[in-house]
Amino acid sequence: MTATIDMTAISARHTSAASGARTRQRYWAQIRLQAYGILALTLAAAALVILLWTVVAKTATVLFEDYLVLDVQIDVSNRDLTALNDPDPRINVALNGVVRDGLRAEIGGGDGLGRREVRQLFNLVSTDAGLELGAIVKRSVQEGAPLIGARYRYEALLDDQVQMYLGGLYGRPVDAGSDSALSVTRDGEDTSRAVLSFEGGAFEAAREALRTRRAEQAARAEAEAARQQAAVEATEARIAALGADTDTETVERLRAGLDVYARAREKALENARALMAQASDRTTVHSLSESDPSVLVRVQGGWIKLDALGPDLARGTILAGEPDVVATAPASSWQGWLYETPETNRNISDRQVVWLAEFEREGKIVTKPNWRLLESSDSSNAELAGIWGALVGSFWTMVVTFLLAFPIGVMASIYLEEFAPKNAFTDFIEININNLAAVPSIVFGLLGITVLISGVSLFGVDLFDGLLKAIIEDPRSTPVAGGVVLALMSLPTIIIAGRASIKAVPPSIRDAALGLGASRLQTATHHVLPLAMPGMMTGSIIAMAQALGETAPLIIIGMNSFIQEAPSAPGDKANVLPSLIYIWKNNSERLFDGKTAAAICVLLVFLIAMNALAVLLRKRFERRW
Amino acid sequence: MPDSLTPPQVTARPVADMAGSNSPEIKIATRDVHVFYGETEAIKGVSLEIQDRTVTAFIGPSGCGKSTFLRCINRMNDTIDICRVTGTIEMDGRDIYTRDIDPVQLRARVGMVFQKPNPFPKSIYDNVSYGPKIHGLAANRRELDAIVEQSLRRAALWEEVKDRLDQPGTGLSGGQQQRLCIARAVATAPEVLLMDEPCSALDPIATAQVEELIYELRENYAVVIVTHSMQQAARVSQKTAYFHLGEVLEYDDTPKIFTNPEHEKTQQYVTGRFG
Repeated sequence: MTATIDMTAISARHTSAASGARTRQRYWAQIRLQAYGILALTLAAAALVILLWTVVAKTATVLFEDYLVLDVQIDVSNRDLTALNDPDPRINVALNGVVRDGLRAEIGGGDGLGRREVRQLFNLVSTDAGLELGAIVKRSVQEGAPLIGARYRYEALLDDQVQMYLGGLYGRPVDAGSDSALSVTRDGEDTSRAVLSFEGGAFEAAREALRTRRAEQAARAEAEAARQQAAVEATEARIAALGADTDTETVERLRAGLDVYARAREKALENARALMAQASDRTTVHSLSESDPSVLVRVQGGWIKLDALGPDLARGTILAGEPDVVATAPASSWQGWLYETPETNRNISDRQVVWLAEFEREGKIVTKPNWRLLESSDSSNAELAGIWGALVGSFWTMVVTFLLAFPIGVMASIYLEEFAPKNAFTDFIEININNLAAVPSIVFGLLGITVLISGVSLFGVDLFDGLLKAIIEDPRSTPVAGGVVLALMSLPTIIIAGRASIKAVPPSIRDAALGLGASRLQTATHHVLPLAMPGMMTGSIIAMAQALGETAPLIIIGMNSFIQEAPSAPGDKANVLPSLIYIWKNNSERLFDGKTAAAICVLLVFLIAMNALAVLLRKRFERRW
Repeated sequence: MPDSLTPPQVTARPVADMAGSNSPEIKIATRDVHVFYGETEAIKGVSLEIQDRTVTAFIGPSGCGKSTFLRCINRMNDTIDICRVTGTIEMDGRDIYTRDIDPVQLRARVGMVFQKPNPFPKSIYDNVSYGPKIHGLAANRRELDAIVEQSLRRAALWEEVKDRLDQPGTGLSGGQQQRLCIARAVATAPEVLLMDEPCSALDPIATAQVEELIYELRENYAVVIVTHSMQQAARVSQKTAYFHLGEVLEYDDTPKIFTNPEHEKTQQYVTGRFG
């Protein structure tokens, strides 16, 4: 026995100073904990907002698409005419010639253009512009009101790069300074060139930008000179360190290098000095190369691109139109534009910029909601690509997954909960199911490719012969294959959710049914299963949502291929939404950036809808016993 | 819903054919029944004879095995894996633990009402009609309607629920739910009704109603009731068995158990000095 203790004396400790300190400490700890909690929540919310904002902001860039209105004369060749009259909808006609003539007409013929310029002109519209016009004409023929031979107002989809430019993603030309009268004269006998004279106020911003650029270039040249200087010093140090017994050949080689480095240094320094002089001198005449910012002048209905710019005089090439070259344009009747990004650094040429500026001025560029994004399937042309095929592929995959995983999962959980004897073997199965739920999804992809595709032989018989063998010949996979793999992946989740919801059915319901003389099967199917079903559905929907967003196993079995048509059955070659996102994300064309974000948005919408459905089911069928 | 215009009269079982006969026959006879939960022996050799058309009460302190024994009579203990029963339990002279007796069929003949009201989360009608449906007791819808009405009347619930048979049974009050469970048990036309503390979750008014009902059910069934309430046993039963640590210490007419018990432990229990 321990010594007796005076409990009354201990009671007094409740009111001591130490007790008060403990209380304060407790309050403080509570406040701290709350603060941590709020901080954690804020961080999580901020992360979510940033994520959603990034995706939504990128999606916003592809919500609309741009068309160029062309006034085309639909004249077709005899071969095209036959195809247009063919009722088979699979026979397409590309009226590229018609579209190209329309484009030429828009810029007034374009007779003086070289091959490169013509290609730039044709590249303004999408590759499929001719095909889409062909489809319109074909429909008109099938409907009995042929457009052949008529003039037609055709809205041609613009190329993805052009749409990016129009959306401002490549930067847009800014005012170069136009506060002066401008007189334009011919440059000698050359009709394609012009000389511009002006007073202060014109091209101020452009010259400022050029001086800044020269200064940057000078800094780069100086850095280069410093690098060469370092090479010189390093080589000198090596020569000095060489012993007397070194063979002369090595020394000669080093000395030769020394000369090269020194010459390069001198050249860079000279270059830097010259550039610096241009940068600091306001009266200098800049000569503009392709790697300098572009200065474009719209005057007298024509466009001139400058290749030399001084304080009161400039020279340039006429890019478009025929500016009246013996006139003086008063201030504000002409505009000078500065495009900071050099022509070599962008996917859109100065000439295209000029054409598009004219089209915009004339209101020939129209913007429409981008339904194509939802309605068309994958394409290698960014402006034509859409998610429909992948969406349908995902749908079929989910159908296969659900049809396989749900019945098997429900039956397995009913058996394990209601009928299986409680022994070591059942425990072993239970542990394995729980472990399977934690297996990385890519492992199921490996399982799919080894078991289902390569096949498993047992006593010389291929167990899965023919099931998914076709994939070996054609690496593109089908929703059946994807569905089987995803069903395997979803099964543990469904079984675990199913067992939990069966466990949640109170035993009193089973007692009631058994007490009435219902068999175990009747008890399970009449009472336990209906009561557990909402919980099972909730679990299954969440498993389906997980499967819908799954990419890794599908990539392994080949569901990440380029498929241009929506599958019409689960056995057709198909792609799924998450793997389409993966493919698009890897694409170099920048319009795919926005389209990827849009596809992510669609996937998110489906996932949120499925999860909301699960929550709704849970709330709707929530029972209290 | 029951077509109550002209319900065909269903007579569950002939009510006291041998009117005037004062010697009820033996419905259930048990001999040397032992029940084991794994290694633990919960019932240690119980031999009882339960009379037809009589209310038999099982009383005794908690954990004495009365519920376990009750659940042996309709083989509900079969659902517990580790439970093992030895000895013989005969119903109408036939052993119910032989291989040729199907426990599911047996439970249709031996109805059970549980401690906590446990209606199915379905309509009142579906609750009552479930048993007749799975056992094929009704030839058609009209008969089924009649069985439902008769059962609800017998459970003294008809007047309260006849206008809302399609409402969920779980929406009733506790006492109504328990009467619904009794109606549900009665609807399968059993011969024996087992009641495991049917009033323990009910308030005094509902208890009184259920007790009255039990008293009336005696006319048609052999009723076995497990109860913790001395008063209840005294009020509703004709025979009482006192269970103590897995054994029946005393089994006799109820008045005798409560007024002149032979065993000292029984005396102590019924007078409230032990229990």
